[in-house]
Amino acid sequence: MSLRLQARELACERDDRVLFKGLDVTLDAGEILCVEGPNGSGKTTLLKILSGQLGDYTGELHYRGEPLRRCRERFLANLLYLGHSAGVKAGLTALENLAWYQALAGDAFDEAACERALEEIGLAGFEDVPVGKLSAGQARRVALARLALGYRELWILDEPFTAIDKHGVAGLERRLLAHAERGGSVVITTHHALGDMAGIRRLALGEQGHHGEAA
Amino acid sequence: MSTSDAPAPPPAGLWGAFTATLKRDVTLALRRRGDVLNPLVFYALVITLFPIGISPDPERLALIAPGLLWVAALLAALLSLDTLFRGDFEDGTLEQLLLAPQPLTALVMAKVSVHWLLTGLPLSLMAPLLGAMLALPPGSYMVLALSLALGSASLSLIGAIGAALTVGLARGGALLSLLILPLYIPVLIFGTGAVQAAAMGGAGAYLAILGALLALALMLAPLAIAVSLRISING
Repeated sequence: MSLRLQARELACERDDRVLFKGLDVTLDAGEILCVEGPNGSGKTTLLKILSGQLGDYTGELHYRGEPLRRCRERFLANLLYLGHSAGVKAGLTALENLAWYQALAGDAFDEAACERALEEIGLAGFEDVPVGKLSAGQARRVALARLALGYRELWILDEPFTAIDKHGVAGLERRLLAHAERGGSVVITTHHALGDMAGIRRLALGEQGHHGEAA
Repeated sequence: MSTSDAPAPPPAGLWGAFTATLKRDVTLALRRRGDVLNPLVFYALVITLFPIGISPDPERLALIAPGLLWVAALLAALLSLDTLFRGDFEDGTLEQLLLAPQPLTALVMAKVSVHWLLTGLPLSLMAPLLGAMLALPPGSYMVLALSLALGSASLSLIGAIGAALTVGLARGGALLSLLILPLYIPVLIFGTGAVQAAAMGGAGAYLAILGALLALALMLAPLAIAVSLRISING
């Protein structure tokens, strides 16, 4: 089977500064790829390119062996992207936020599934509280509840641990591993040390990283 | 799974995503009623001030009433446009909207529809009341409401292109007005034309042109809005 996500010879420039050049990224089923690097080294840009959001790069991007541009809809239907901003509406309740995501995914509204997802992420009892009244970490958890809501094979997570407490981080790490075990793939950036997670690949960006991959 | 009194789940897929986005935006707007009322209050205030500022003479007012009612409605609609995509942009839901597998053109149509439902439609329902204050000739009230309803839908669609283009800018409001006001002019001309002609009993042609403009906007604007959003978010 062809690789789930493959990027060849990626290069991207921002304001006359080369973020990366000749970068090869491969991601297979059951793999977790952690993109590392100092601030401003292009981690977010790389994640945005890999999720098909940016067009101003050179190189090739393939999803399951097909050029991304040609199978965009299928790619997006299998992608879960969490960006810097949580992507939850402060004026809506946690449940309403998830209901919207469920509808965007093309699923019918399933209240029980949404409540289960919120419970799993540690937000039981907060289903009907507007997100604006929750703490920053709790609001982040509402976004993270999407990981527990329906199955998407490819997760691209940009700093998902922001504002999450230690206990929550441990839970999330377990969730990532479980997802990989099920055959899912994860690309993640984080400043947390994902130390004791076995089987995680690292990709270093920035000067000292010389775009190398280490096991 | 679901309780017996729960409403039937919406059909999956595009229609479900469209209605969910529609419902989401209406819910959000109704929770912040001040923002919805703002353009309506502005409209009422402006129209109230004209008889005081110009002259209470009904004949004089009746002459300029169609133009005033239309210009004020246009500006009121413009006032609320800046927030159309800004909230979604700031909390990241716009990024997620762009990543939905559904066609973006359909999803932005849901957002534009909500803008019209909560701005254009109430404005056109209010206009006849305010028209009475400006001594609008009898017989043109229906045409006023109808022309505004048709015209404001075009205004929402055209304005959304500007809002999408300026959503990434910190102070996009002034630029937004400059960008879209020229595009508003045809709608304004035929809108006021309809109300003026109604007094003489022949507004049909004007309304037909307003309808044609709306059809054109419905066809082209969603595509332009979607492309503009992609440019502003990822540019």
